Amino acid sequence: MDFINHQLFIKDINVHIDPIFPKKTAIITHGHADHTRFGHDHVIATRQTIDIMKIRYGDKCAKKFTPLKYGQKYSIKNYDFTLYPAGHILGSAQVLIEKNNHRLVITGDYKVGKDETCKNFKLVKCDTLITEATFGLPIFQHPDPKDEIQKLIQSVKINKHNCHIVGAYALGKAQRVMNLLRQQNYNETIYIHGSLEKLCGYYSKEKINIGKFEKVSSKDKNFYEGKIIIAPPSALKDRWSRRFPNPIICMASGWMTVKQRAKQQGIELPLVISDHSDWNELLDTIKQSKAKNILITHGQEDALVYYCKKQNLVSKPLSIQGRSDEEIE
Amino acid sequence: MKKFSSLLHNLILTPSRNTKIKLLQDYFKILDINRAYALAILSDQLSFQFIKASKLRELVYEQVDQHLFDYSYDYVGDLAETISLIWPTNKEGKSKNLSTLIENIKKIKKSEINREFSKVLSELSNNERWTLIKICTGGLRIGVSERLVKTALADLYNKSVNEIEEIWHGLEFPYENLFQWLRDEKSKPKIDFKKLFHPMMLANPIDEEKDFKRLNASEFQAEYKWDGIRVQLMVSSKSVSLYSRTGDNISSAFPEIVENTKGDAVIDGELLVGRNFKPSGFNDLQQRLNRKKASKDLQEKFPVFIRAYDILFYKGKDLRKLFLYERRKYLEKFQKENKTNHIDLSLIIKFKTWKELTKYKNNLHDDLNEGVMIKLKNSEYLPGRKKGYWYKWKKNPKLVDAILMYAQRGHGKRSSYYSDFTFGVWKENELVPIGKAYSGYTDKELLILDKFIRNNTTNKFGPVREVKKEIILEVAFDDVFPSTRHKSGVAMRFPRIHRIRWDKPTNEVLSIEEFKKEFKIS
Repeated sequence: MDFINHQLFIKDINVHIDPIFPKKTAIITHGHADHTRFGHDHVIATRQTIDIMKIRYGDKCAKKFTPLKYGQKYSIKNYDFTLYPAGHILGSAQVLIEKNNHRLVITGDYKVGKDETCKNFKLVKCDTLITEATFGLPIFQHPDPKDEIQKLIQSVKINKHNCHIVGAYALGKAQRVMNLLRQQNYNETIYIHGSLEKLCGYYSKEKINIGKFEKVSSKDKNFYEGKIIIAPPSALKDRWSRRFPNPIICMASGWMTVKQRAKQQGIELPLVISDHSDWNELLDTIKQSKAKNILITHGQEDALVYYCKKQNLVSKPLSIQGRSDEEIE
Repeated sequence: MKKFSSLLHNLILTPSRNTKIKLLQDYFKILDINRAYALAILSDQLSFQFIKASKLRELVYEQVDQHLFDYSYDYVGDLAETISLIWPTNKEGKSKNLSTLIENIKKIKKSEINREFSKVLSELSNNERWTLIKICTGGLRIGVSERLVKTALADLYNKSVNEIEEIWHGLEFPYENLFQWLRDEKSKPKIDFKKLFHPMMLANPIDEEKDFKRLNASEFQAEYKWDGIRVQLMVSSKSVSLYSRTGDNISSAFPEIVENTKGDAVIDGELLVGRNFKPSGFNDLQQRLNRKKASKDLQEKFPVFIRAYDILFYKGKDLRKLFLYERRKYLEKFQKENKTNHIDLSLIIKFKTWKELTKYKNNLHDDLNEGVMIKLKNSEYLPGRKKGYWYKWKKNPKLVDAILMYAQRGHGKRSSYYSDFTFGVWKENELVPIGKAYSGYTDKELLILDKFIRNNTTNKFGPVREVKKEIILEVAFDDVFPSTRHKSGVAMRFPRIHRIRWDKPTNEVLSIEEFKKEFKIS
């Protein structure tokens, strides 16, 4: 495992995983902005991740693209790379790197729980596991997302004269919220912020059931009474959200576990819906991977490192540049 | 319990006052005993003797690894919430109602508290657990004041909130007479006003620029503002009792007052420590606070007296509708008739212009007052903080520049930010901490400091971050005392961040010797 450094860089063959600056060869785990950049020479990723990069940064955001299927091996010199589903968002992948019988897995962002908007997480046994730790504290135990989405549906039923604006990341979370609503038989048109349009279109094209949606337009103010609107979190505080009738501000995020955080952000209806593993899922993954060597990246790594050491696993935090503790999801 | 815990959950997340009132009213519409418990909890009148924060920590350490708990607590910044989230449970018991739950907990024997209370916690949902712990530790901090609860009740039943306010301190759990009156089933509860704590009249801070132009100095009188604790003394031939500002009976902690006061009156004043009516500072007073009883030795070492400001009742006569200058005559009469070593009168400062009053306010020779009170001579005794009658004008705080050394995440509404700051001054080539502050800065300054701390951490000690010694804070504080508990040998009273001194280099900060000299500490 000495072949990879703390920046997820394999010097030997000049390959980076999720680099934040333009590089020669970049393996990309998924399309979120803190993992993708414009301007790599060669991008290796799942077909969907490549599609998403092109939607966000344009067709020419890299010089060359190599789409890989899940489970398909790709070799550079004596390094073998295989992508496995990470269950985080559409197209998200873990990266297995094999070299001289050593198996190293970089999970990228992942969740173990079920999700109809992407392929579900697959556990990959390995010797070294580089895991994320966004929710690496025992207070994070995500509830069933169905119960959470029911809270939204019930609130819409009770508060007929309000509109519900749900803050959700434009890629992944927004479509998951829409899909969860559909699973619970909410069949009304869902209204979306303009910045979500292309990505929602893409999810539809990929046959993900997000149902009927429509971009918010300057309709009569009262039109949006009783409706659900989905917008990126940044738009909640913006003037944009003030045009709606008696909005109830909601947010779909794992951070919503903590009431004080919800309150600080002015969220009235927190929905604990996360695309990351919670504490128990992180522990299970570590255990079941059988890895003896655990490296822990961005998030609340201290508690997880402490836990692993108690289990006699070699463990240390890996601080990857450009990822702050709490803003990402 | 489910209903009440979702009420609290919704209250904490609702920014709108009207929505809060509506949520409260929806809850109070239920006509069973639970609303009495709810009212007691929301007005902070219910507490459990054995279950305090330290006990809760002890219980949670039995359930989860201490380090994992500490990491989590540091992140969440709220004890009740951390425990409720981290508590292992998957078997929610049958939902109990609020009243049953509380009565069951009250019955738990002290010797069985660990086992029995843990069992209770395990059977609740996250949110219910959070609610119960909040109830146990008191002080809900959900953005709902006692006043708002009363307003919600008053509006629900078309009564005036002042009417509720008047009888409030004479009411007792389960408030049957209150609810019956509210629903017009019975007449307004009869309260024996002589035995009742009367909500105090409070002052607003003066706005030097606006108020002094507007207000006519000749209509006002001034008194020194003393740095003790505000009390209400109730004297009758049968009993003497002493109440704190919030209406708690604190008589047993100050037996010398109870034993030595005579007459028939209700007095408003300041409790101070000192001999021969010479106050000796808040540090001494602290020795007498938060105690249930006071030993003879303590009474001897730190004797207390009351500096009387006002009188509310005299020989059964309600004086509250009289004007201040009229009440003062009764106060003087009372004092003359009942001379004791434990009550003296607050001095009235003679002044003609606001400018003239400034020198009394800043009175630097006498460190023991905090500034002056400015009171309308024609003011009735009105409970609460009514505008336009009484003002406080505080001395300028003391200021010192100190270097930011350590930071910790804050609690409550500042819980995600590094908002608790430890600062220090030089001792030879090292820094020695002189205090800790978690207020005073603007929201913008907090963001700047938080960012600086995250980007300039040089060391971590558990939740505490040591930072690069670059930021100078101008710290304001009310006073500073010698202390043997701190390495620096000083302890500040109410330090807060006044501003960030971007302009000053760290080597211009005082040394601890210079600091002590400047603030006259030996």
